[in-house]
Amino acid sequence: MISTVVIACYLTLLLALGLSSNRLFSGSGKDYQLATHSIGPFMLLMSLFGTTMTAFALIGSTGEAWQNGIGVYGKMASSSGIIHSLCFFLLGVRLWRFGKEYGYATQIEFFQDRLASPRIGLLLFPILVSMVIVYILAGVLGAGTVVNVFTSGAFPNLFPGNPASPPSVGAVPTWLGSGIICVVVLLYVFFGGMRGTAWANTFQTLVFMVLGVVTFLVIASNLGDGGIWENMRQASEMVGERWKTRTGTSKTVFLTYMFIPLSVGMFPHLFQHWLTARSAEAFKLPVVAHPIFIMLVWVPCIMLGIWATTEMAHAAVPPLGRLDPEVPDSANKVLPMLVKGLSSPILGGFLAAGVLAAIMSSLDSQFLCLGTMFTNNIVKEYFAQGTMSDKQTVFWTRTFIVLVVLITYLFSLLEPRGVFGLGVWCFSGFSSLFPLVFAALYWPRLTRAGAYASIIAAAGTWLWLFLSAWKTGKPLADYLLEVKVGGTVYDFMPVTLMILVSATVLVVVSLLTKPLPEETVRKFFPKRA
Amino acid sequence: MSNYSPGAARLIWALVLLLIILHQDVWFWESDYLVLGIMPIGLFYHACLSMAAGFVWYLATLYAWPLDDITSAKNGGDQ
Repeated sequence: MISTVVIACYLTLLLALGLSSNRLFSGSGKDYQLATHSIGPFMLLMSLFGTTMTAFALIGSTGEAWQNGIGVYGKMASSSGIIHSLCFFLLGVRLWRFGKEYGYATQIEFFQDRLASPRIGLLLFPILVSMVIVYILAGVLGAGTVVNVFTSGAFPNLFPGNPASPPSVGAVPTWLGSGIICVVVLLYVFFGGMRGTAWANTFQTLVFMVLGVVTFLVIASNLGDGGIWENMRQASEMVGERWKTRTGTSKTVFLTYMFIPLSVGMFPHLFQHWLTARSAEAFKLPVVAHPIFIMLVWVPCIMLGIWATTEMAHAAVPPLGRLDPEVPDSANKVLPMLVKGLSSPILGGFLAAGVLAAIMSSLDSQFLCLGTMFTNNIVKEYFAQGTMSDKQTVFWTRTFIVLVVLITYLFSLLEPRGVFGLGVWCFSGFSSLFPLVFAALYWPRLTRAGAYASIIAAAGTWLWLFLSAWKTGKPLADYLLEVKVGGTVYDFMPVTLMILVSATVLVVVSLLTKPLPEETVRKFFPKRA
Repeated sequence: MSNYSPGAARLIWALVLLLIILHQDVWFWESDYLVLGIMPIGLFYHACLSMAAGFVWYLATLYAWPLDDITSAKNGGDQ
């Protein structure tokens, strides 16, 4: 019950913070969608970090380390530290400048202008929206599960649950947990717009970073009978070789996993956050601090994950020893079990708040981004002859935010657990569009046909590989490309082929087709044209 | 204003490339050595790589910043 009270207090506080940002709302569409380019370095750092980190950063990383060892840090965290900052630096700063100069609020507006092609939205819009919706669904379902796990036993009369599965007794059902989280996020995004989202993200990022470190210290000090340092040393000594090394990780998969973080270059919600920056200078702090923040959040979680495999942890938390890695979802229970077994219900509540913070700090940006895209790229473009008053812009953005929340919540009730397997495919899809945004910013010779062909090639390769993965009948996330060289088979992430195809098609078709008019190119490359 | 210079920018990009190469640390792949008796060397190395990435990006903001900041907004700091 104490955990539930802590979670409820956290959600109330968050709501109050998000709603209070409404006091600064000027009423303009630009303010609602982009906070009038007023966000400074610290809030930009927190917004970008909070948006790119999901529940996986806390619960998933611990579970993956418990299952497969330390390799997950190099595969997903240190690579992101290098590549995310590279994207902020190479893409974010330039897109911010063009966005501010030409008044863009969405990626599609940039591509329409850069390629002098209003119709490119018809191709990009469904691709971007469908991938963001998969991302949102995973967050909504994950939030429901977190609320369910951490409220276990709190309401035995209200939610009797299934007595055959004791954790479900008295727990808030997942459908209700997802609904509560959707309503909280909806309220602060609806009233606060981008400013509310940035405020809430800053608060939430601080919460999950601090709580991650506190959780680590409390668990480490309670893992054994010695002091914290001695406990950590003893636990590490007991960790098996498989978890301390990367013997089970393919070197080529490790290498090609590095293409996945390129996805941030094409996340539409991140693009919108970039545009909120007060100045180009505001990007400097996020570019520098992002890799360090990733390390601060991920390293403690990975250590907890490998310690959870030891006899020492099993003795301290007996249910851990009974967890079967072959049973789906077991990995996601490791961190909650450590917290419940080795800390107080108050810290359990705070950790749940931290995990929810990580989920909500991504959800809010995604809801706002889809509302903005529907308003600017559909209603304004095709139903309002390209012009809208501030009042209409805010009205339609809010309307679409409500609809997006409602529709994704209704989808989540169908319990499409398969969306978690789609995560890496969703990221791969965004990554496969990286050559397009990179060329749009750095290659004046990019043509309209080259851009269209690249998008179609990326989507076609994605679909072909996805269907190939589907046909194997194995988990979608486990699908790898195999290339035989000199009798040795090398595994690659599917994203490698997607990027290779989309980049090659972009370059070849651009070189074979007529360049864009000089005035269009000069707008983006003033010195080179 | 940044201290942009083409030579320094080339050096920064060489360092970014080096980070990407150093990320493929086959040399610690199978080592189970524990740094300070606690952290597996493979994890410690990658944590250091994250710190190094932060430092390289710091240098990039000093010497290879792509824009002169002439468009700062007038309305104050974080809101």
